[in-house]
Amino acid sequence: MRIGVFICDCGSNIAGHLDCAAVTEYGSNLPGVVYAKENLYTCSEAGIVEIQKGIKDHNLNRVVVASCSPRTHQPLFQSSCAAAGLNPYLFEMVNIRDQCSWVHMQERDRATEKAKDLVRMGVSKAAFLEPQDDIEASLIPRVLVIGAGVAGLSAAETMADMGLEVVLVEKEAEPGGLLNDLYRLSPYGENSSERIGEIIKAVSSKPNVTLYTGSRVEDIGGYIWDVDITVRQGGGETVKEKVGCVVVATGAVPLTPEGLYGYNGRDVITQMELEERLLKGEVEAKGIVMIQCAGARSPEREYCSRICCQTAVKNARLLREQSPETRVHILYRDMQMYGTENEQMLWDARGEGVRFDVFLPDRPPEVGEGKVRFYQPLTGERVEIPCELTVLSTPLVPREDSASLSQLLRVPVDQNGFFLEAHAKLRPLDFATDGIFVCGSARYPANVEEARSQGLGVSSRIATILFKEKLVTSAIVAEIDPATCVGCMGCMEMCPYGAIDYLPEEGVCRVNRILCKGCGCCASTCPSQSAMLKGFKPNQLLAQIRAV
Amino acid sequence: MLDVGRHPNIELMAYSEVDKVEGEAGAFKVTVRRKARYVDEDRCTGCGACAEKCPTVVSDAFNEGLGQRRAVYSWFAQGIPSTHTIDADHCRQLNGKKCGICKKVCQADAIDFEQQDRFIDIDAGAIIVASGYDVFDASRIPEYQYRQIPNVITAIEFERLLSASGPTSGHLHRPSDLAVEEEIKGLEKKAAKALKMLGKFEKKYEKGSEEFYLEYRDGKYEGDEDRRKWAEKYEAYLAVSGPLEEMKKEAEAFDVAKRLAFVQCVGSRDFRFYPFCSGYCCMHSIKEAIIANEHEPETTSVIFGMDIRAVGKGFEEYKIRGGNQSGISYIRGRVAEIVEGPGHNPVVVYEDTRERKVMEQAFDMVILATACAPSRDVEGLAEILGIEINRFGFFQTGTSQPLDTTRPGIFTCGCAHGPMDIPESVAQASGAAARAAQILTDSRMRKAS
Repeated sequence: MRIGVFICDCGSNIAGHLDCAAVTEYGSNLPGVVYAKENLYTCSEAGIVEIQKGIKDHNLNRVVVASCSPRTHQPLFQSSCAAAGLNPYLFEMVNIRDQCSWVHMQERDRATEKAKDLVRMGVSKAAFLEPQDDIEASLIPRVLVIGAGVAGLSAAETMADMGLEVVLVEKEAEPGGLLNDLYRLSPYGENSSERIGEIIKAVSSKPNVTLYTGSRVEDIGGYIWDVDITVRQGGGETVKEKVGCVVVATGAVPLTPEGLYGYNGRDVITQMELEERLLKGEVEAKGIVMIQCAGARSPEREYCSRICCQTAVKNARLLREQSPETRVHILYRDMQMYGTENEQMLWDARGEGVRFDVFLPDRPPEVGEGKVRFYQPLTGERVEIPCELTVLSTPLVPREDSASLSQLLRVPVDQNGFFLEAHAKLRPLDFATDGIFVCGSARYPANVEEARSQGLGVSSRIATILFKEKLVTSAIVAEIDPATCVGCMGCMEMCPYGAIDYLPEEGVCRVNRILCKGCGCCASTCPSQSAMLKGFKPNQLLAQIRAV
Repeated sequence: MLDVGRHPNIELMAYSEVDKVEGEAGAFKVTVRRKARYVDEDRCTGCGACAEKCPTVVSDAFNEGLGQRRAVYSWFAQGIPSTHTIDADHCRQLNGKKCGICKKVCQADAIDFEQQDRFIDIDAGAIIVASGYDVFDASRIPEYQYRQIPNVITAIEFERLLSASGPTSGHLHRPSDLAVEEEIKGLEKKAAKALKMLGKFEKKYEKGSEEFYLEYRDGKYEGDEDRRKWAEKYEAYLAVSGPLEEMKKEAEAFDVAKRLAFVQCVGSRDFRFYPFCSGYCCMHSIKEAIIANEHEPETTSVIFGMDIRAVGKGFEEYKIRGGNQSGISYIRGRVAEIVEGPGHNPVVVYEDTRERKVMEQAFDMVILATACAPSRDVEGLAEILGIEINRFGFFQTGTSQPLDTTRPGIFTCGCAHGPMDIPESVAQASGAAARAAQILTDSRMRKAS
C-alpha cells in the first residue's frame, strides 16, 4: 500500500485554527502512508501539481486530501488523480475545514487532535478502496410524451425542432386537451381553438413527431434511457416503441360539483359549462352570479386551484362585452390574480362594472329560487342577488387514471393526486427518478402560458440528457450479491429511485446501476449484507470507524 | 450556484455588464464590460485573508446595511466565484491614501490596484435575459414611515435578521434595540478611555477622582492648572457614564421581537406605484412568520392583506398550517398607517373589514412586504438589447411564445419577465434554455445542410 496524504492550509481557513504542520507530520507516520505534504491551497494550480508529482515520484496508489468539502472539490481532485494515471476511485477526501477548523475556531489544540483523527480515519478507509470504472450507457434520442394538451404539444414541438424524435400519445380522438373546449383565453381574449390549432399545426408538420390519438400507454418495460413502451390504439391494435425519456403531460379536469350549491347543469353550472355555452353563443341570462372556490380550499380539497379566479374574471368581462346590460357578480374568498396581467384584468373588470363581493367560508352563499343569498361582511348584512344563472368556479382535479399511470411509471403523486416533482422549488419539472419529467396541469393547475413555458422547460431538461452521445455516471452505485440475497424485497421499499427490481425466477433483487444514485438505503436495510454500496462497503466503513 | 460555477460548458462572468449587442439570432456579437475588481480572478482563492486585515469598515449591502463588511469583500460567503472585490468607493489605496495592507497579506498575489475595466467580445447564437428585479423602496410610502420608525423594516431586512449567518445570528433583535446597543458600545469605549486618563491623575495625586472632584468643587485647588484638567476629564467622564448606566439599564429589558405584523402590498396593487400583484410576497410573509415562530415559539404574527394569494402547489396548505401551528392570524384589509407608540413599538392602524371597525394594534416589529419592482436600469438594458418593455416595466413577451422578447433570438425568464416565485422562475429558465437550444440547433442544422 502506498498512500499519499495532502493536508491543505486553505490559506488561514484551516491553518489559522489548527496546526497543519503537526497534522502532516502525524499523517506521514500512519500505516501505509509513504508521502505526506502540506499545501497552502491544494486546489490551486500549484497544489494540484503537488498531488500529481506525488503520485509519480512516490508511485502512490491511494491519495487522501484533507481540506474542504467534497461537494465542492472532490471532482477536481479526482480528475487530477486520473490525469496523473491513478484511478479516480482510489481517492479519498477528508473534511478538516467545514467539519473541523470552522467549528472549533477557539480551540486550536483540540481542533488539531480532531483533524488527526479525521485524517487517520480517511487513511484507514483509503487502504480498502477499490478501482472502479464510470458507468456508461447508450441513449436513445427519442422521447415519449403522454398527453397532447398545450403542455405536451409544446414539449413535442420544441423537442422535434431540437432534432429529437417524439412519440406523442393522446387518449382523446383529437389533440388539444382542455383548450379545445374553451371559448377565449385570458388575459388577451384570444380564440382558444385557434390558439391550440396553431400549435397542433406546428406539431403535425414535424416529420419527427409520431402522434397516436385515441391511444393509451398500456405497458412500460425496460428501464429509463432504454424504455420499451406499448401503445394501445383506438382500434385495439398495439404498437411497440422504444424511447430514452418520458414526459408526463396528462393535464387535469375540472371538478364536477355534484351536490354543491344546487349544481344541476341547467341554471347552476360550472365555468367549464359556461365556456361551452359561450362557444355556442347560448348564454341568455342577464343576471349572473359566479361563486369561487366551489369544491376547493375546503377540508376535503385543501388546495387552491390557481387559475379559477382568472377564468371567472375573464368570462365575466366577456359576458359584459357581449351584452353590456348583463349583471355579473363574483363572490370570492381571495381573488387570486397574481402577477401583472391578471391583476390588471381584475382592475379592468371592476372599472367595467363587474361586481365583486367577499364571502366567508364558514357562511357560504346559498343558491336557489332564482337568487343567491350571502352574508356580506363589509356591511354585516345578508344580501340577496337575483340571478338567472349561477356559475361555480370549480378546481382542476387530477385525472382518474393518473393513479394507474403513476404506478406504471413508478413515479409518485402528492396528497391531492397531482404528480409529485423531485423538488418543489429547484426541480419543478423533474421526477426524482432520472429521465421522467412532468409539465402542465398534471403537476398542478396551470394556465396556458404557464403550461406552455413548462412544456418548453421539459424539453431543455431532456436535451441536457439526450444531446449527449452517451450517458456517463458515477461508479458509486449499489450491487446485490445474488448468491446471498434471499429476495426479501426490503431494499425495494427503501429505494427512492425505483432502481431495484425483483427477479422472480432467480428469487433475488437486482440493482439497475443506471438508475441507482448511490444513496445507500438498500445497503443499510439489507439483513444479509447482500446489498452493498461501492466505495462504502462494510470493510471500508468499518476500517474508518475502527480508526476512531 | 455551485453547479454553474464548475460546469465545464459555462463561463461565468460575475461583476460584469453587457455593453453592446450586434448581429441577429444565431449570430450575435456581444460586448461585455468586465468591471475592475482590483483582484485577479485567476489567482484569488477566496481565502478571505485580505478582508480580515482590511482596516476600512463599510456598511454591508448584502445584509441590507444591518451589518458591516470591509472595503475588500466577497458579496456573501457562499458566492460563486469566491473571488473578492475591492470597493473602489471606500478603499484607502484607491482613494489616494496610504494602505495596501490587502496586497501585503494576500499570499496568492492577487491584489492588483492597477486593474482596469476590460471589454470582451462574445459570439452568441441566442441571449437569455434573466436580470431579475429590484426591491421597492418602502420609504416612498409616507404613511408607513419606514425611515422614521426604526422597528418598521422590509421583508428582505427581516430575512437577514432571521438568517443564522446574518448580522444578529438569527435572533430577532429590534433595530431600535440594536441602535442602543451600538451606542452603549461606543460610550463604553469612551468611558474606558476616560477612566484610563483619570487613572493617571489618581496615581499621580494618590487620590480617587470622585473624592478629588468634591474638593475641587469646594475651591480647594484654585489656580492649579493640572488639577483643573483632571476636573475637566472627570466631568467629561460623568457626561458619558451617566447616560451609559441609564442605557445599560434600558438594555437589560430588551427582548427579541415576538409580536410581529406583516403588511402586504407595499408598493404593489397601488396605483401610486405599481398596479400589479407581486405574486410571491404573501407566501414570503407566511414563510417568514413560520420561521420566526420556529426560532421562538412564543412569536405571534398578524398578516394584513387584501387577499392572501397562496396560489402555488402546496401553498394554501402551508398558509393554513401557518395559522394552525405557527401563531399566524390573517386580517383582510390594507393597512392605513403605521405610527410609533411607546417603547419604540410600531402601531398599525387598519380597518377590520370583518368587524367594520378602525383598529389600532401595537407590535414589536412591523415587516413590509415590498413590491417586486422592475430593475432600476431596465430601460438602459432594453436599449442595449434592442428589446421592448411592457406597460408594467418588465420585458415584453409574445403570446404564442411566452418567453420570447420582441427581438428574435433573445429570451427572458424569471422576474425580468414579471413577478413570480422560485418554481415558476426555474421552470421558465428551463423553457428559455429550450427556446435558445431550439434556434441554435436550427441554425446548426441550416449550416450543416
